[in-house]
Amino acid sequence: MTDSKYFTTTKKGEIFELKAELNSDKKEKKKEAVKKVIASMTVGKDVSALFPDVVNCMQTDNLELKKLVYLYLMNYAKSQPDMAIMAVNTFVKDCEDPNPLIRALAVRTMGCIRVDKITEYLCEPLRKCLKDEDPYVRKTAAVCVAKLHDINAQLVEDQGFLDTLKDLISDSNPMVVANAVAALSEIAESHPNSNLLDLNPQTINKLLTALNECTEWGQIFILDCLANYTPRDDRESQSICERVTPRLSHANSAVVLSAVKVLMKFMEMLPKDLDYYGTLLKKLAPPLVTLLSAEPELQYVALRNINLIVQRRPEIMKHEMKVFFVKYNDPIYVKLEKLDIMIRLASQANIAQVLAELKEYATEVDVDFVRKAVRAIGRCAIKVEQSAERCVSTLLDLIQTKVNYVVQEAIVVIKDIFRKYPNKYESVIATLCENLDSLDEPEARAAMIWIVGEYAERIDNADELLESFLEGFHDESTQVQLQLLTAIVKLFLKKPTETQELVQQVLSLATQDSDNPDLRDRGYIYWRLLSTDPVAAKEVVLAEKPLISEETDLIEPTLLEELICHIGTLASVYHKPPSAFVEGSRGVQHKRLPCSAGSGESVDSPETSSTAGVSDAPPAVIPSQGDLLGDLLNLDLTPTTTGPPPPAVSTGMQLGAMDLLGGGLDSLMGDESEPPPVPLRTDTPQSPQIPNQSPSPTDYSTSELGGDLGGNPAIGAGFGAAPAAMPASFGAPGSGGLDDLFDLGSGVGMPMGAYSPPKSVWLQAMKAKGLEISGTFARRAGVIQMEMTLTNKAMSVMTDFAIQFNRNSFGLSPAGPLQVLTPLSPNQSIEVALPLNTSGPVMKMDPLNNLQVAVKNNIDVFYFSCQYPISMLFVEDGKMERQIFLATWKDIPNENESQFQIKDCHLSSDAVSNKLQGSNIFTIAKRTVDGQDMLYLSVKLTNGIWVLAELRIQAGNPNYTISLKCRAPEVSQCVFQSYEAVLKN
Amino acid sequence: MIGGLFIYNHKGEVLISRVYRDDIGRNAVDAFRVNVIHARQQVRSPVTNIARTSFFHVKRSNIWLAAVTKQNVNAAMVFEFLYKMCDVMTAYFGKISEENIKNNFVLIYELLDEILDFGYPQNSETGALKTFITQQGIKGQFQTKEEQSQITSQVTGQIGWRREGIKYRRNELFLDVLESVNLLMSPQGQVLSAHVSGRVVMKSYLSGMPECKFGMNDKIVIDKQGKGGATDDAAKSDLGGGSGKQSIAIDDCTFHQCVRLSKFDSERSISFIPPDGEYELMRYRTTKDIILPFRVIPLVREVGRTKLEVKVVIKSNFKPSLLAQKIEVRIPTPLNTSGVQVICMKGKAKYKASENAIVWKIKRMAGMKESQISAEIELLPTNDKKKWARPPISMNFEVPFAPSGLKVRYLKVFESKLNYSDHDVIKWVRYIGRSGIYETRC
Repeated sequence: MTDSKYFTTTKKGEIFELKAELNSDKKEKKKEAVKKVIASMTVGKDVSALFPDVVNCMQTDNLELKKLVYLYLMNYAKSQPDMAIMAVNTFVKDCEDPNPLIRALAVRTMGCIRVDKITEYLCEPLRKCLKDEDPYVRKTAAVCVAKLHDINAQLVEDQGFLDTLKDLISDSNPMVVANAVAALSEIAESHPNSNLLDLNPQTINKLLTALNECTEWGQIFILDCLANYTPRDDRESQSICERVTPRLSHANSAVVLSAVKVLMKFMEMLPKDLDYYGTLLKKLAPPLVTLLSAEPELQYVALRNINLIVQRRPEIMKHEMKVFFVKYNDPIYVKLEKLDIMIRLASQANIAQVLAELKEYATEVDVDFVRKAVRAIGRCAIKVEQSAERCVSTLLDLIQTKVNYVVQEAIVVIKDIFRKYPNKYESVIATLCENLDSLDEPEARAAMIWIVGEYAERIDNADELLESFLEGFHDESTQVQLQLLTAIVKLFLKKPTETQELVQQVLSLATQDSDNPDLRDRGYIYWRLLSTDPVAAKEVVLAEKPLISEETDLIEPTLLEELICHIGTLASVYHKPPSAFVEGSRGVQHKRLPCSAGSGESVDSPETSSTAGVSDAPPAVIPSQGDLLGDLLNLDLTPTTTGPPPPAVSTGMQLGAMDLLGGGLDSLMGDESEPPPVPLRTDTPQSPQIPNQSPSPTDYSTSELGGDLGGNPAIGAGFGAAPAAMPASFGAPGSGGLDDLFDLGSGVGMPMGAYSPPKSVWLQAMKAKGLEISGTFARRAGVIQMEMTLTNKAMSVMTDFAIQFNRNSFGLSPAGPLQVLTPLSPNQSIEVALPLNTSGPVMKMDPLNNLQVAVKNNIDVFYFSCQYPISMLFVEDGKMERQIFLATWKDIPNENESQFQIKDCHLSSDAVSNKLQGSNIFTIAKRTVDGQDMLYLSVKLTNGIWVLAELRIQAGNPNYTISLKCRAPEVSQCVFQSYEAVLKN
Repeated sequence: MIGGLFIYNHKGEVLISRVYRDDIGRNAVDAFRVNVIHARQQVRSPVTNIARTSFFHVKRSNIWLAAVTKQNVNAAMVFEFLYKMCDVMTAYFGKISEENIKNNFVLIYELLDEILDFGYPQNSETGALKTFITQQGIKGQFQTKEEQSQITSQVTGQIGWRREGIKYRRNELFLDVLESVNLLMSPQGQVLSAHVSGRVVMKSYLSGMPECKFGMNDKIVIDKQGKGGATDDAAKSDLGGGSGKQSIAIDDCTFHQCVRLSKFDSERSISFIPPDGEYELMRYRTTKDIILPFRVIPLVREVGRTKLEVKVVIKSNFKPSLLAQKIEVRIPTPLNTSGVQVICMKGKAKYKASENAIVWKIKRMAGMKESQISAEIELLPTNDKKKWARPPISMNFEVPFAPSGLKVRYLKVFESKLNYSDHDVIKWVRYIGRSGIYETRC
């Protein structure tokens, strides 16, 4: 057998010769010829001209020859559809063959021929094969349905193949089940809402049974399918987990990873205090470690997945640090991934070992790996405070090696260490400065410049150093330019006398000679700051910087959740959602982890929120996102004055910024001999109205050294950007005081216990990139308040909160900006009380008390709607004169009267009266007729509408009857609800 | 699912090309060649995305196997399949080489048609495949109806790895416990990481459909029995044990698909119907109480800028009656080495310039012995600022025991339908411990 000879025919006239051979009478010669054709096809030669001759060989008893001809057909049928029909008869005949292998072969091949006419003929044989007595034929037919669906989805549906396929899930043969599951899963993917798979406890049970019996590949199909199921409760979830765990011992890594996926997903539903939960966590680590002794390619897949798992559930691998130590001859892709995971697992307990390893790695050959190792040392320092000193000394050792890229990388991370531990390691600056000349990468240069600027007062020749960079200013990358600008301004503020010239130079370079808008804008901002109020400039530029986070490169939580649902797949390897690399509709569905059990609240919340009128898309009345964002930005500072006094702590800063807008501008124009030719000149104090100019704080988030611009959000605010950003960024030093202030307010506000409903979740974290808002409304001391709890469930810090309402029935609008003073760090909650007034624009909503809210933070703008109890609109002077009451009661036509029942209320009429009064519902008179107490009540809404009521209480009857009369009858329903709520709470 | 499968030679010429999905075109063949095989840099990932098409590749000697897809496939499964594909090809025609692939291309196409349908892997057990995909290619016609249905039921059945009706005159089985012991040690002799990854390979020549039960000194099982009051069992193993521990803690193990996993999960018993012939029954991993067969003590001294002095002592750490074989110590030398002088007490040592290492070979060494090598390395002066990375000293060896301490306690065979019992089966057990990555930093 030396078939390799077929690969070597290159002579001319080959096709002609082959044609002759194919038509030869001798079987052997024919077969030889077909082999040659296939070999030519493989190397990419066009042998389609031989189509009829090859198809002629199809009628044969020789199975090998038949398979070869089929192979040819699959390749060329599409290009020769008319001739392909010639093959149909043979296929149909083969589908009836007594030999099951031939029946299966025919149906398998037919499904691969994408020619309409052939597919028509396929239907009947396929239908038979799906019900064939032989499981081998059935399992082949099951896959064939998926093939046919890919060619002609409509045909498959019309012919009812989907139902037959569903029936196969109950087949006695496990492999048939597995293939049916695979085919259905694939078809279901292109019909996201079809509920094709219809997973219910019965089918799940069938799948779990088949799981024990089918091939390794079948197990993968079934597990991947199981992962799409959402168990009804934690008990079902646990029982599935119990039946899946044995798969963790399978020799096939893909089976193991798919089982891990199912477990990771279903674990979400288990209560954490359950014993089983802990057991399961412990069971996950060993198989994951075992994956690392597989072949390197699989190790890579496993490591990418472990990286996700470690982020989601760090506890699983926390004791397994050692297995991620890099081996000398690991492929580079394995090394880099291991390093990533090592850093994630680094903790105080293992840091010594980790550092020793990292130091080894820093002397390796591969540049990327070495860089990453150096960076990792820096990350360890930031993550584990106790190790910082050792890390710094390790980094210094590495700098001494003078290996160019090691030095640069070390400097970049040392900058972060300085940020994290100010005033601790500055003694090393001298060493760093020695290496200034060898830095040729922008990131390293920028880092070094930042260090020089930040510690200018300790570096004697800081001005010389920075000046040396300035020479080639225009050749530097933007990153370096921005940094240089900031550093020189810092230097100037610290040593104003010697560096005036330098700062002038850099400002003019940035503003006049640069085309880069970021650079130019930053230049102008500094320029104006410096020229108007150097004190303010100092406070802004040299402001205390926010802390840098310990973890870096974390995957955004919602993406992480989605990726956990894709464990084992390409998405988990790329760390991207499938939609990022899959074309068309397939895989675009976003998968989600199920909600955790125990907290029934969050499981129910989709329903509660939907009844409250929240839909995924912003409600239609709210203008499109862009407009609203614009509105949010345009919120000017004026409302602040009507609200509570501006926060005391920030006044200093704020005034600085305000001043800039006022008189300051004149002095800028007066003092500067060469005022910048800028649009700023047109900024008279009305500057808040120029939305285009106002840099939104997020624009600056790109600056690598976060917060190096000091208070840039404040500047933004001064120009008319989101005012909320300002308190947020300045809040850090003195937030405590302000919180107290609010606490005080809330304490005083309840003289008689006005009713306020309990807080409910308005905005789910899942829908708002990790921001959860729950809240309620209350009327406290005559002021309507929106009381909210903001919880940060994301991994990153949230700042710059602002709020806006859509127009609503009673003109509710915030009386001041949203006061979130400190940045909200991950897993932190903050209570905010937002005073409201009713002077906003009015639009009738349905239901009447619906309120649509937009909340903005540094991440995005989020929308939700909530309903407020109308009782908070009942004003304090709502007690009507008796005479007027009587007259009004008569005056309001009877059709405006509505009657309601309040059930199960066991209060005496006096208690009722008292209780209602607490919520500004006043009793005008009381009458007793036939043992029935009649209360006459009045209420006045903020917009001056009076609502009169007659409440009938019969002794011994817990059901009260209430009649409401009002000139605007549409409020009656809401008012009644308030009565009911007040009385029952 | 897998959209196509290509096999290339080292030059990037296509040897096999099978397309399963319509979304994969001929240009995918070229894309992989250009972007991966002919890529200038070293491959940085076994998964490559080119123009929204993902390529998975593995390399066997100088042959590239690539699976292509445009969907979000199960990546682990694709790699497992590629490995399986290699196993199947090896089982059919031996080593995977360009020559062998070209010689068997018809067979490979036939296999690819069978084990991958529309990109979904199907039964790929060689035992089953060999019953109906043969290099003769004519078997199909001569089969009786019974034979045919036997084939199909085996391919799709619960015991897809074994056919019925196997008969041996002599029922015999061989168990090989093959371990590779991995070590990373600091220059000071501190164990940075050590683990044993072991495999139990079984060759079974048994008639019928035998039900087997395998037992080893797994700590969990032994402890359970100990609690049950079977004290004499412990005493027995004490007598037989001789060297080392009675039971070992297994960190994790995985099994061939013939093993009933749910039974292992609930009772920790390993029961199965084995495939015929050779296969891997289980893999396991241990990290506790590993017997490290050798200890390497390095001493590297830099004498000035042009000379290195290296002294390495190896100590064997097992019973004196046992012999280690094929011992090889590899001491890396700097790239700028100009000359090496070596003296060793035992075996042969040579400086291999092409490998940048001194290779010291010892044929045999008994336990509790010690040997030493010393070398002087002359260096060419360089102005390369970067220091020599000092790769670790690595070792290879083979020892006739299991460094994890694993012992086979029994392998019972039951075949109720045929008239042979457990006692009639001839059983052989062998332990081989080899070095995996056994490195000492210097």
